[in-house]
Amino acid sequence: MTTHQSTPVSPVPASSGPMTPLPARLISVEKETHDTYTLTLEPPSAPGGELASRFRPGQFSMLYDYGVGELPISISGDPERPEQLVYTIRSVGPVTTSLVTRAPGDAIGVRGPFGTPWPMTEARGKSVLIVAGGIGLAPLRPAIYHILRHRGDYNRLVILYGARSPRDILFKKELSAWGLLPDTQSLITVDYGGVSWRGHVGVVTTLFKSIRAQPAETYALLCGPEVMMRFALRELQIRGLPKNQIFLSMERNMKCAAGFCGHCQLGPFFVCKDGPVFSCAAIEPWMDLYEA
Amino acid sequence: MRDKAWRLGPEHFGRLISVLAEQGYEVLGPQVDGPAVRWGPLTGPDELPQGIGAETSPGHYRLKQRSGPERFAWGPSPDSLKRWLHVPEECFVHAAQDNGAFHILPGEQPGAPPGGAAPPKFAFIGMRPCDLAALVRLDAVFLKGPYVEEHYSARRREAFLVVVNCTASLDTCFCASMECGPGARTGYDVALTEHTAEEPAAYLAEAGSARGVALIEAITAPRAEPGFIAECREACKQAAAVQRRRVDWRTAPAVMLRSFEHPRWEQTARRCLACGNCTLTCPTCFCVNTIEHTAIDGSTGGRSRVWDSCFTQNFTYIHGGSVRTSVKSRYRQWLGHKLAWWQQQFGTAGCTGCGRCIAWCPAGIDISEEFAALAGTAQGGTGA
Repeated sequence: MTTHQSTPVSPVPASSGPMTPLPARLISVEKETHDTYTLTLEPPSAPGGELASRFRPGQFSMLYDYGVGELPISISGDPERPEQLVYTIRSVGPVTTSLVTRAPGDAIGVRGPFGTPWPMTEARGKSVLIVAGGIGLAPLRPAIYHILRHRGDYNRLVILYGARSPRDILFKKELSAWGLLPDTQSLITVDYGGVSWRGHVGVVTTLFKSIRAQPAETYALLCGPEVMMRFALRELQIRGLPKNQIFLSMERNMKCAAGFCGHCQLGPFFVCKDGPVFSCAAIEPWMDLYEA
Repeated sequence: MRDKAWRLGPEHFGRLISVLAEQGYEVLGPQVDGPAVRWGPLTGPDELPQGIGAETSPGHYRLKQRSGPERFAWGPSPDSLKRWLHVPEECFVHAAQDNGAFHILPGEQPGAPPGGAAPPKFAFIGMRPCDLAALVRLDAVFLKGPYVEEHYSARRREAFLVVVNCTASLDTCFCASMECGPGARTGYDVALTEHTAEEPAAYLAEAGSARGVALIEAITAPRAEPGFIAECREACKQAAAVQRRRVDWRTAPAVMLRSFEHPRWEQTARRCLACGNCTLTCPTCFCVNTIEHTAIDGSTGGRSRVWDSCFTQNFTYIHGGSVRTSVKSRYRQWLGHKLAWWQQQFGTAGCTGCGRCIAWCPAGIDISEEFAALAGTAQGGTGA
C-alpha cells in the first residue's frame, strides 16, 4: 500500500469538530456469540480523545471504519473504566462486519459520546428493572455496571433478558454471575429453546410474573426490538409502573449524531440528541404509530 | 435603525454592488438562466432580471415578460440560498490509511471550497423575504443546537444579506400566512422595496444592521420622502393581499396528532412520485446523507455529506429494513416535519410559504391544499 505523500495537504489545521472521527487503536476483539463481538479500544490519542471514553450509561459513539462507513454503536463497557472503550457489535451489514473482522492494532474512528443517558441519578434509592432483548443488552450493561459499583444507592436489581435461541444469548457468564448476587434477579428466556435447553421459553414479557420488586418504587430500563419494547411498556404499566419511571432506548438510521442529517427523526424527536433514551411519557404516543 | 430610510436610484444600485465587491465580498444575485431565475455572480445591475415575472401553479413554472421596469417580480425561483450556504456536496473528513491505521488529514478550512484557502464571503443581493426566513430556520438547525455545523457556520457568519421585499406574489406564494413575507421582518443587513411606478425603478432602502447603515452611507443615497416610503409599503401590502393560499400553521401540531391515520395520506401517496423535488427546492430542507470516497489503492479517502431526501426508501434503513417503506409514510413525514414537528424542535414552522414545493412537484401536489384537507376533515368538515 502506498503512503499518502501525494495527497495535497493544506497548511490549515484539520477540523476537530463533532463530525471528525478520531483514530483509536483496537486492543482486542472478543467473540460473544456466533454473530456478535465485543471490541475494546484505547481512547484516541489525539487532543480531546480522552473525552470519547467519558460517557454515561446509555450513550453511544459513532464508529468509523476507514473506507467502509460509519454507524452509531452503543457503548457496552464500564463507565468507570475510562482507560478503555468497549463496544458490542452484531455483524449484520457491511460496516459492522468490517468492524468485527478488524485485527488488534488497527485503528477505528470514534466520535462521541452522544445522546441521552439512562436515568441513573433519578433511579437512586429505587429498584431497577432491566428488560433487554438481543443486542439490546449491550447499552444496558453500563447501567448494570454502574448499579453494581454503587450497590447501596439502589434497591433491588432485576435483569430480564430475551434472546432468539440459546446460541444468541449475550454476556451469558455475566448474566449467570449477576443472578447470584444479593438482592439481584437475572432471568433469561429464549424464543426457540431446542432439545437441550432447560430454561424459560417465550417472549421476555412472560418473565414479568417472576419480578420480585414493588412496581411503584421501580425504574424500568428497556432496550431491544421495537415490538418487544412496545409490549413490555404496556405490560409494565398494567403492573403498576408509572410512565415517568419507564425508559427505553430507540434505534434509528443516523449519519451524524449531531442533529444535522435529519435521518433519525421520529415525530418531533431527533433520536440522536433527544434520545436514544426516552421516557415512556415522551415516546409512548409514537411507539404505536406504524411507519412514524 | 428602521427609522432611517433612503431612496436608491439606478446609479446607487450599481454602487451598492461595486462597494460590496470592493469590501471583498463575492457578490451574488438572481439572473435569468435559461428557463428559470437562478443565483450567480453579479457585477452590475444590468445582469439582474428586468421586466421579468413568473407564472406558477401546481406543477408549473414559467418566466414571463412584463411591461414594467421591475427587477424583482419573479417571486421565489427554484434556486435558493441553501445551495450556497448549505452546499449540495461537501467533503468534511479527509483521511489516509497506512498499515491498518488511519489518520485524519488537514483539509480545507471549514466552509472553504475544495482547494480554497478560506471560506467565501458572500453578499447576496435580491433574496426574497421567504429566503431570509429560510436562513433563520437553517441557522436554528446548524448553529443553535448542541453542536455547531462549522462549514455552514463559516459561510453564514460572513454573508451580507440584501433582501428585496416582494411587491408581486406568485400564485403559489403563501408567505403572508406563514408570517415570512412578503415584507422582511428581521435578520437582513439591507432591505429594499422596489418602486415600479417610475422608470427606471427606484428602491426604498432600510438598514437592519450597522454594516447595512455603513453600506448605504458609503453609496451616498438620499433620504427617502415619506410619500415614497408609503407607496413602497403599500405595494408590499398589496402583494400579501393577493395571496389566495394560506396555511394555519399554528394548528399543525394538533392536526398532525389527530390525522396520523387520515385516509388523505393514502390518496396523496397515489399521486406522489417520491421523487424528492420538493425537498431539493425547499429552502429549509436540510437533510444530508454521508458518502465514503476512497482512492482506488485505498491510500486516501474521505467522507462527504450530500443533500438527501426523506422521500428515499434508504433514508430510514436500519438492519432488517427501512422504517418508512410506504410513500404514504414518507409524504406524511415530510409534511408533518415542515408544518408541525419543526415547531416542537425549533420554535417556528419549517415552512416559509415560498410555494416552491407546489410549483416544482411534477404531480402538482399542493402542501396548503393537503394541510387544509387534513385539518378540515379531521374537524368533521368544519375547517380548521
